[in-house]
Amino acid sequence: MTRWSVALRAALWAGLLSCGASIANAAGGTLRIITWADYVPADVAAQFTKETGIKVEVALSNNEELISKLRATRGAGFDLAQPSQDRILGPQQEFGIYKPIDLAKVQVDRIQPDLLATVRRNATIGGRLYALPYVWGAEGLVVNTKRTQINDYLDLCHADLRSRTSVRLRRPTLMAFAFAMDKDPFALYGDTKAYTALMEQVGARLIACKANFRFFFDNRDQLLNGMRSGELHAAMMWDSGGWRLNRENPDIKFIAPKSGALGWLDTYALPARGKNEAAAYAWINFTLRPEIAARIAKAIGNFSAAKGADQLTDPVLRAQFAASFPEGFKSVRWYPAIPPGLEEIEGRILDRVKAAK
Amino acid sequence: MTTFDLEAKALSKRFATHTAVDALSFGVERGSFFSILGPSGCGKTTLLRMVAGFIEPDGGDVEIGGRSMCGVPPNRRPVNMVFQQLALFPMMSVGENVAYGLARRGVARADRERKAAEMLDRVGLPGLAAKRVDQLSGGQRQRVAIARSLVLKPTLLLLDEPLGALDLKLRERMKIELKQLQAAFGTTFVYITHDQSEALVLSDRVAVMNSGRFEQVGTPQELYYSPATPFVAGFVGANNRIDGQVSAIDGDLVEIRSAAGWTVKARRHGTLKPGDAATIFVRPEVAVLGRSTADLALAEPAAVHQGTVESLLFDGANSAVLLREQASRCEFRVALPQTGRYADLKVNEPVFFSFAADRAVCFGVGSSHG
Amino acid sequence: MAKATASASQRLILWLLLAPALLWLFGLILLPHLDLALLSLRERTGPGEYAFGLAQYRTFFTEPLYWDVFVRTATISLIATALTLLLAFPIAWTIAKLTRGRLSTLLFAVCLIPFWVSETVRTLGWMILLRETGVIPGLLVTLGITEVPIEMLYRDPTILVGLVYTSLLFMVVPLYGSLESLDDSLIEAAYDLGGNGWTVLRTVVIPHASPGITAGCIVVFMLTLGNYLTASLLGGKNSLWFTEQIYTQFITRFNWEQGAAFGFLLLLLSSVMVWTGLRLSGQRFSDVMSRT
Ligand SMILES: Nc1ncnc2c1ncn2[C@@H]1O[C@H](COP(=O)(O)OP(=O)(O)O)[C@@H](O)[C@H]1O
Ligand SMILES: [Mg+2]
Repeated sequence: MTRWSVALRAALWAGLLSCGASIANAAGGTLRIITWADYVPADVAAQFTKETGIKVEVALSNNEELISKLRATRGAGFDLAQPSQDRILGPQQEFGIYKPIDLAKVQVDRIQPDLLATVRRNATIGGRLYALPYVWGAEGLVVNTKRTQINDYLDLCHADLRSRTSVRLRRPTLMAFAFAMDKDPFALYGDTKAYTALMEQVGARLIACKANFRFFFDNRDQLLNGMRSGELHAAMMWDSGGWRLNRENPDIKFIAPKSGALGWLDTYALPARGKNEAAAYAWINFTLRPEIAARIAKAIGNFSAAKGADQLTDPVLRAQFAASFPEGFKSVRWYPAIPPGLEEIEGRILDRVKAAK
Repeated sequence: MTTFDLEAKALSKRFATHTAVDALSFGVERGSFFSILGPSGCGKTTLLRMVAGFIEPDGGDVEIGGRSMCGVPPNRRPVNMVFQQLALFPMMSVGENVAYGLARRGVARADRERKAAEMLDRVGLPGLAAKRVDQLSGGQRQRVAIARSLVLKPTLLLLDEPLGALDLKLRERMKIELKQLQAAFGTTFVYITHDQSEALVLSDRVAVMNSGRFEQVGTPQELYYSPATPFVAGFVGANNRIDGQVSAIDGDLVEIRSAAGWTVKARRHGTLKPGDAATIFVRPEVAVLGRSTADLALAEPAAVHQGTVESLLFDGANSAVLLREQASRCEFRVALPQTGRYADLKVNEPVFFSFAADRAVCFGVGSSHG
Repeated sequence: MAKATASASQRLILWLLLAPALLWLFGLILLPHLDLALLSLRERTGPGEYAFGLAQYRTFFTEPLYWDVFVRTATISLIATALTLLLAFPIAWTIAKLTRGRLSTLLFAVCLIPFWVSETVRTLGWMILLRETGVIPGLLVTLGITEVPIEMLYRDPTILVGLVYTSLLFMVVPLYGSLESLDDSLIEAAYDLGGNGWTVLRTVVIPHASPGITAGCIVVFMLTLGNYLTASLLGGKNSLWFTEQIYTQFITRFNWEQGAAFGFLLLLLSSVMVWTGLRLSGQRFSDVMSRT
């Protein structure tokens, strides 16, 4: 590829996708964050603005869209991004969309060390760290216990749950089913051939199960509504959603599946061409304050990576956590970083599942 | 015993408050050319469309070829119509246009192509079957429209002002062609027009229509020379009209006196008595003109009127002069003799004129049907 | 001399007038397509490394899934177009020929209703109506037509209904235009010469309206082919819409190369369909475009 065409493409997509927003809002007083729903509670942002004078602008996204947007602008348009920790290495190697974190500018001692270690393991490239932990949680099963009693992912395929369950047609589902099939996909990350074979097996299992999936959900509300209305009896779901349903209807429980819950960990990362780096660091340090972190955790319904926030966590949430994870964190598996190229293999399997009749 | 191809029996149509066709009854003889003449808006099209079946009558019946058409849809009636704007199908060739009706009757392709070609021959358009409609001249289209109908051998052909869209020269020529076509095919034509000259030239019989009714039905000559109503007298031909009051009655002749004081005599139509309001119609060609009373050379005694030339209306054989009667300043039109005499009249020149009283007709006002 | 400069300045003015349109055409249509073309001809050889190759197109033809989705999208789009035509024709006919004034305005407005709300809201509205616990299945049970609520979402007929509903106006407008211009006396003449409803429709109305029909079909076909929301939301787990595949490739798989290749194949498909449509109906492109 010539330099010219790369430059051309970057200019083009930047122009098309960020639509001038980046130019208009490049003012020093603004922090532009691309993140998940609820991750920047309005009251927290307001307090931040009051203290620092920096305005906060939020764009909502999920991992894939976040990466796509940053890829399109080659890391411009946002000052802070919040991808999951396993989704940093591959895209960074492939597209170079982030810049390393300057640990001197962060109050690192406020971060829970074991979570920081996890991120260090997965998001260090060439000796430099590209992310810090923000919020974590686990994915498991949400079950309407009035209707069914299941305790692992493969149970979603029981004959009596026909058209009564749902999963996302995304990679976590492939991982969860692989573990439920007593395989360890993470161990095969480095072996493309073996990994492909495993994914094909998982795909076949999902296809066999397809009649049980009412739909593949795309957003949280779609799933929550399905569970609330009773159209769904069980689904693979994040803990926060499960606990929210539980608060509304005690019959609906979030459980850690027998084969283990998968732990996710979302991070702070700096887009390569973010304009307001100072504001990004200010925000990171601000949100690592225990009382702020606790407020954020409550708004999201998950747990903060900041030290001391746990003590301030909502007691209801703590009770729910204890009920869902009787063994504590032990059963939670963290995603390792995804090497580039794996997602293409998974993508083809997911397409096949979708196409199967 | 005459046979009627078309008989209307107390045919009526109302639109909201307006009666477009008012209990009309008439018959059209087989093989004849029948015209309906009337001003625009008098209900001609409505009448024709009831015959064709596009409008359901409110009352009365239509019989075609002796068969009642009550409840028969237009595509089952043995009549065809030539539309005001011709309505040729632009998406088809000339041949396909002519063969359209045959195709609808299930005539085989080869057969109908042959018949269409024959028909085009007969209407004087040989070899044009493959042309597109928009490649034809106005007159040729006219003939295609007629051919398209005649090829179906209808009992009755209805024509709704088919010459209206043509320019004057072409109209004159098409008049003659229509007449010849009708004679050649022998099909009964029912022709509607607001142009009296078309009706008079073409028709065996003419009905003069006014406000949904027929004022008079007769041969062109009857209409022209013996109008039955003031409307007919006024509508057919360029008639001089003098309004006044009956001042004297002398057998068949009446004398009326106009408001401006001109006294004129005419043949009486219907009953009149002195003092009645009345109107006299005098055709321009009935009057004679002279520079002196001697020039008038009257064969029988008649009143001589005096006037001045208002303007000269030169139109070849139809030339006329517009006069003002001296005392009353009434306008009066006199046809100029074909010899070219008096073509040199000057405006304001004093002249004399006269007409035989029995060739002028007098109607009482308000007695439309005499 | 003076004349030459005058015409030169006229030409300059012409170019200046055309400039925004040309820039727009070039910058927003031509350039991205060129870029997509280049993208689709790359294959990944390592992290951030690419080489020229036809791998993306090869994948399309070797992986039956993509081919199936492609064919399925084309087929459903064709069916949706046909259904839209069948439904829109009587509506357009009614507006053009049977009603006057207020009533025809009202009918047009009815066709416009789908566009008063955004496609997302509209589609979500459908989902609320049609889902198992939704209004319509509930109504069917109340009326005793079905014993238990049935799921009406995620079925092909539902997708079709959604697509047709969304496309109706785009068919009605060109049809209305071409039917409006049909002289009523042509229809009467055809009846008068012995035609019946069907033959008049076939021999006079359809040939006259055919530029409008073709225009409407082309627009509706392109719209359905490129539809994303209706097809994917109403289609649920089996939706398999080609634009969805493109979206997935671009956004969730970061596989721009594959997405670009798919985009080009879709462009090719619609061009071929338009060409075939024009061929079959014997229309010229310029005639049809003047109808839209
Ligand atoms: N469909 C209709 N609705 C209401 N009035 C009509 C309709 N058709 C004709 N008319 C009225 O009936 C009268 C006769 O019309 P028409 O038969 O067309 O007259 P003509 O052909 O002699 O000009 C006119 O006053 C016209 O306005
Ligand atoms: Mg008329």
